[in-house]
Amino acid sequence: MSCWDTVQAYALRSLGYGERLLPRGDITLCEQFTLIGSGLIWNVYFGVLALLFGFFFAVALAVGKASTRWWIQKPASWFIFVLRGSPLFIQFFLAYEAFVMLPRVGIEINLGFIEITAESRWFARAWLGAVIVLFMNTSAYAGEIFYGALRSVPKGDLEAADAYGMSGWKRFRRVVFPTTMRLAWPAYTNEAIFLFHATTLVFFSGFPAFRQQGDALYYAQYFADRTFNPFVPYPIVALYFVIVTLLVITGFGLINRHLNRHLPSERRKRIKYRPQLIR
Amino acid sequence: MFNYCADPSTLETAQWFSCYLTNGVHLLFYQSFLTVLLLLAVTAPVALAFGFFGAAASRSQILPIRWFGKLYTSMVRGVPDIAFFLFFVIALDQGLEWINHQIRCPDWTDPIRQGANFIVCQEAKIPLSSSPQWVHEVYNFGIAVFTFSIVFGAFAANVLFGAMRAVPHAQIETAEAYGMTRRQSFWRILVPQMWIYALPGLSNLWMILIKATPLLFLLGVEDIVYWARELGGSRTSQYTYPHPDWRLWYFLALLVFYLGFTRISEVVLGRLTVRLSHGQATAAGESQRKAAT
Repeated sequence: MSCWDTVQAYALRSLGYGERLLPRGDITLCEQFTLIGSGLIWNVYFGVLALLFGFFFAVALAVGKASTRWWIQKPASWFIFVLRGSPLFIQFFLAYEAFVMLPRVGIEINLGFIEITAESRWFARAWLGAVIVLFMNTSAYAGEIFYGALRSVPKGDLEAADAYGMSGWKRFRRVVFPTTMRLAWPAYTNEAIFLFHATTLVFFSGFPAFRQQGDALYYAQYFADRTFNPFVPYPIVALYFVIVTLLVITGFGLINRHLNRHLPSERRKRIKYRPQLIR
Repeated sequence: MFNYCADPSTLETAQWFSCYLTNGVHLLFYQSFLTVLLLLAVTAPVALAFGFFGAAASRSQILPIRWFGKLYTSMVRGVPDIAFFLFFVIALDQGLEWINHQIRCPDWTDPIRQGANFIVCQEAKIPLSSSPQWVHEVYNFGIAVFTFSIVFGAFAANVLFGAMRAVPHAQIETAEAYGMTRRQSFWRILVPQMWIYALPGLSNLWMILIKATPLLFLLGVEDIVYWARELGGSRTSQYTYPHPDWRLWYFLALLVFYLGFTRISEVVLGRLTVRLSHGQATAAGESQRKAAT
């Protein structure tokens, strides 16, 4: 089987298309690269969805934690405390056990052109359940970052906004929020990187890999178990993740440049990668 | 545990639970909490030592040592730590067996890697297949501790390297002006002063280390996650203590344990920061000085 055949057979294996049986016996390098790369689709899927939804919820949490009303402030701070104070690994287990206990019901959703039955057992599948856990987790971490940034908005900015007669929503949208984002962006970039790393935990915790459709690390472990040689599959995973990390840094760097576009170029701070901030 | 536990099926709820929670397997479950604490107690200093040498190596004037230090500190960037955990456990195991094999069976001619197999001679197996169960467990735990130390040592090296650079340069210049050698100024000036700069990073690292301990489960150690899954699974009436699937509650208990642990650590580290800031030329030290006068 040539390498191109392997790519055709296994490139979408993690989504359930192509060859059903995983390679066994003599395993070629091409098969390892293809299948682990195929698993990476899941990591990107988890990471992108959790970040996308998590961003908005994190902003809400940060504003909630900074609120003066106790019935907003308390739940937001507790949410952040519980999700930042406990291991993600345990959160996955806990969420899976809780989702499994949900009663089996189906809800018909009419989208006009097609009718879908939403089932509660989807929650126990990685594609929905794990995304929910990762979403909540990243919201809590990013919420804390945004909260810190929200509190360090310069006093002068707020006074200037007051002087212009801005208040409430307008002041938040035009002064507080942009400055918060500028301050928080480097730390948020790190959070995004570590969220992508955290996606590797999904199939090692409660969530089972349905029909051997797993993520990059799942397939790497499969190969390591089969060949009893860890020196090939794990470096491949490492390589893929270094590439993902570089892409995240590039993408977030572009947004950072956009956020600071009003500053003269020498005052713009480049994003520095600080690996302390992980879960 | 208690006398009335002889026949649990006749007991009231409160008594039933008092028996259930003190039976043999639960005592093992409680012991596994000690395993986790032991892991933390051993890993933290070892990782700190690794980190210290990594950071010192990346400041070295000898090029190969500096390369090695840089490689080690940048190792953890960009790659998920769990990939390292899975990798090191097998790699270390095979490495040790390979070395042992070279020493004990020098006249072995077959290749060690035969296709998908890794074969060393019987005497080179670590631990020996004839050794008792506890040797296997201790060996597994040792490998796990070493793996944790390598990975977290790399994080700590990053933190300490930054802290060494944060010590005001004038301090080193003063030391050199007094005629201290590079080594003397490193040990007498740089190392005592760097800790306050390293503390925020190291406290963060400690929190991360606490939250990484459930990964022991993946390394094949019978830790709290293992027991929670084991004990929580439903038990039919054939068992002495039948119950439905209680894994949710066991994991909830673990969650509470970790929350409490991180909270206590936060408080202790907060106090430590205050102590260490005393008399330092930092904003925190300055505000302490102002408050005192």
